[in-house]
Amino acid sequence: MSQTIGIAVAAPHAATSNSAGRVMATVMAALAPATLFGFWLYGWPAVYLWFITVAAAMLGEAFCLRLQGRQATPALLDGSAVLTGWLLAISLPPWAPWWIGAFGGLFATVLGKQVFGGLGQNLFNPAMVARVALLISFPVQMTAWVAPLPLFSAGAPGAIEGLSILLKGLPPALDAVSSATTLGFAKTEMSRGVDLMASLPNAPALSWLGQRPGSLGETAAWLIAAGGVAMIFLRIISWHIPLAMLAGIALPAAIANAVDPAHYLGATAHVLSGGAMLGAFFIATDYVTSPNTARGQLVFGAGCGLLTWVIRTFAGYPEGVAFAVLLMNSLTPIIDTYIQPRIYGRDRKGVPLEPVK
Amino acid sequence: MGLFERIFKHPSWGVHPDDHKRPAADVPLRILPPPARVYMPLHQHVGGAARPIVLVGQQVLKGQLLAEAQGNISAPIHSPVAGTVTAIGEVTAPHPSGLAFAAITVENDFTNRWIETDPVEDPFALAPEEIARRTAAAGVVGLGGATFPAAVKFALGKRLAVTTLIVNGGECEPYLSSDDCVMRDFADQVIDGARIVMHAIGAKEALVGIEDNKPEAIAAMRIAAAPFSEVKIRPVPARYPMGSDKQLIQTLTGKEVPADARAAEVGVLVHNVSTCAAVHQAIRHGRPLVERIVTINGGAVDKPGNIMAPLGTLVDELLAFCGLKARPARLILGGPMMGTPLLHGRIPLVKGASGILAFDAREATIPPAGPCIRCGSCTKACPMGLLPLEMASRIRAGELDAAVDFKLSDCISCGCCAYVCPSHIPLVQYFSHAKGELAARERAKLRTDATRRLAEDRIARLERDAKEKSALAARRKAERAAAKAAAAAAEQATGAAA
Ligand code: SF4
Ligand code: SF4
Repeated sequence: MSQTIGIAVAAPHAATSNSAGRVMATVMAALAPATLFGFWLYGWPAVYLWFITVAAAMLGEAFCLRLQGRQATPALLDGSAVLTGWLLAISLPPWAPWWIGAFGGLFATVLGKQVFGGLGQNLFNPAMVARVALLISFPVQMTAWVAPLPLFSAGAPGAIEGLSILLKGLPPALDAVSSATTLGFAKTEMSRGVDLMASLPNAPALSWLGQRPGSLGETAAWLIAAGGVAMIFLRIISWHIPLAMLAGIALPAAIANAVDPAHYLGATAHVLSGGAMLGAFFIATDYVTSPNTARGQLVFGAGCGLLTWVIRTFAGYPEGVAFAVLLMNSLTPIIDTYIQPRIYGRDRKGVPLEPVK
Repeated sequence: MGLFERIFKHPSWGVHPDDHKRPAADVPLRILPPPARVYMPLHQHVGGAARPIVLVGQQVLKGQLLAEAQGNISAPIHSPVAGTVTAIGEVTAPHPSGLAFAAITVENDFTNRWIETDPVEDPFALAPEEIARRTAAAGVVGLGGATFPAAVKFALGKRLAVTTLIVNGGECEPYLSSDDCVMRDFADQVIDGARIVMHAIGAKEALVGIEDNKPEAIAAMRIAAAPFSEVKIRPVPARYPMGSDKQLIQTLTGKEVPADARAAEVGVLVHNVSTCAAVHQAIRHGRPLVERIVTINGGAVDKPGNIMAPLGTLVDELLAFCGLKARPARLILGGPMMGTPLLHGRIPLVKGASGILAFDAREATIPPAGPCIRCGSCTKACPMGLLPLEMASRIRAGELDAAVDFKLSDCISCGCCAYVCPSHIPLVQYFSHAKGELAARERAKLRTDATRRLAEDRIARLERDAKEKSALAARRKAERAAAKAAAAAAEQATGAAA
């Protein structure tokens, strides 16, 4: 056996069976129950919207790869474009018109990700970039929430009728089902001078089961949380960002609510609504746009949470998750620069330790 | 391990690859029939190459000195067989890609005659320096793969008054089980060798760290160590790279070796279990290091297991002895995490070779690299607490200094980062490349420094010469002027007299 064997590749000669595609697939699996529940809750229009958004995101990715003269298939198959589209879709109002999904999906992958150089290069979370762009450009469609009308229940649009809602928007006949989210309702009532003590009893019920108006996939807080916890156990994400973010929302909310319940919503309302769970487990934890160290992630998560509460409470938009995450995304490089792990044999500043016998 | 330990005591660094140690580890040790010819490279240790002291055609006995140590850090080479020296010098492998290496070739006469040995009855009656001298003369080097001359380390430990000897039975590389085999079959020798090393360096206790995936070795070593209270067997969690000195020291003693310092400076010295067994052989039996136990493993090997083989045996012969069931897709010297790829099997077994792996096509496949998704897995896995993704991106951008600022020099090349990377980015390749660049740069700097010094010397010399020349000229001129003046004065005097 004197022939040459293989090539002189450097060690290690072993690799994990994990892959980027597998990570994405696991995240999708964790997201699936909440999404399916959303489909059931909001019926056919939501299903169509989801497909359109995901398809648009993939189309945007494929288009950009083609422009760069790269083969589209391997990069498309890593699933990151699907995941971006998916995350955007479930943060949209479930009965939004088709072009909201199409525009948002394209925007997310083209302007949110590929212009930065593709997977791993973007500074901001692509799905949230698209959502904020949509919110600013089409505030009416982006805040047209509907009350849940579960599939096959009386009055729910069928497959054909759903298609027409998607294409033409809400028919006047169904206008009755449009509704407000908990946070939006509280905000509007407060701006009319009605304080929370008076308005909350009439507010749309807050429910762990998700039977309330909200975006496509985020209302079932417990299904989102279950998916997130599963990801923590599978070591896809660590607990640092979700815990810090939820605490960052809940603590100030609880304190403010204890001081002045007439003007500040309580911690439960904050944590269970407005995509806080979705943000904490699936959005803020995006690898590319969050810090790499455990301590950095705690800072990042707490910042996302705190900003969410501040924006919801004091700014014009009732829902702050997207803005908060984007703001913290811009701080990620700074956090990563200042918070680094301690190196073996050195102190935190990088100075070699003193030898101790 | 209880849940508490799992969560709080488990090291947070490192990776847990499939260890693939069994069934090879459980197969009884086999002894290779001596080969017809052995090739002993002159350079199979850290430090200077050995200098041949035999002549072509000379008869040698097994264990006879072939080449002596050269320089402060070096090790001698002894003949693994009895026979005739047939060649000294470059052994060129028959394949174009094979690198030539300087070696002594010995033709085996199959008499198996040993040289006169000088066994020691009671090593503890010897002076520590004498133990170091004998260990050095026997050519013992670190057998875990580091191949640092053992006696040099003894001297260092003695000088820095080391209190604890750590005996490394971690063997964390997947597929390898040669240390495991030594501990199972020769536990007495390992413990005795460890006690001799303790005596040589003046250590008070020895901690033997063995990964808990080797229960048989732990049991055997416990029995062997039972009579000696100063030798403690310490199972450690199986986690790669537990067998790395720094990580084992941290796990066993809680101490960290400061950056840019040696382990001895925190009062510990690490020796591998196989090295301890070799010290036992060298001192108790006076036998130099001429054979070792090597693991032959991998999917292409028909009967994997541990083989006792003379040094200098060709890898091909070892593979033939174990049989190949497929053409190897990759040959590796050492373990899969840090081993060196071999381009062919006409390479001799060297002192530091703990394993030879012949991977089949499936094992050899590493998926193509993709973009970094900044998942942070590499950072979590790095046992040194470095940021592999940041260093790699700097190196890719050609910013070597920025990578150095991330303490590239602390990287131990363990391969954890590249192993866990879901995008299969060859991170270690980047680091090795950068370290090579930096070393070259350092050398170039030394060279320019030296050139500059030479140039400055030359200018100074020229200036000095010029100055001397002009001083000489001035002196001559003055002398001439004086002579002229004297002559004129004389003329005047004669004129006046006339
Ligand atoms: S493990 Fe690989 S993909 Fe993940 S951050 Fe490190 S280099 Fe990037
Ligand atoms: S950076 Fe170096 S020390 Fe850290 S895991 Fe990678 S190879 Fe090992």
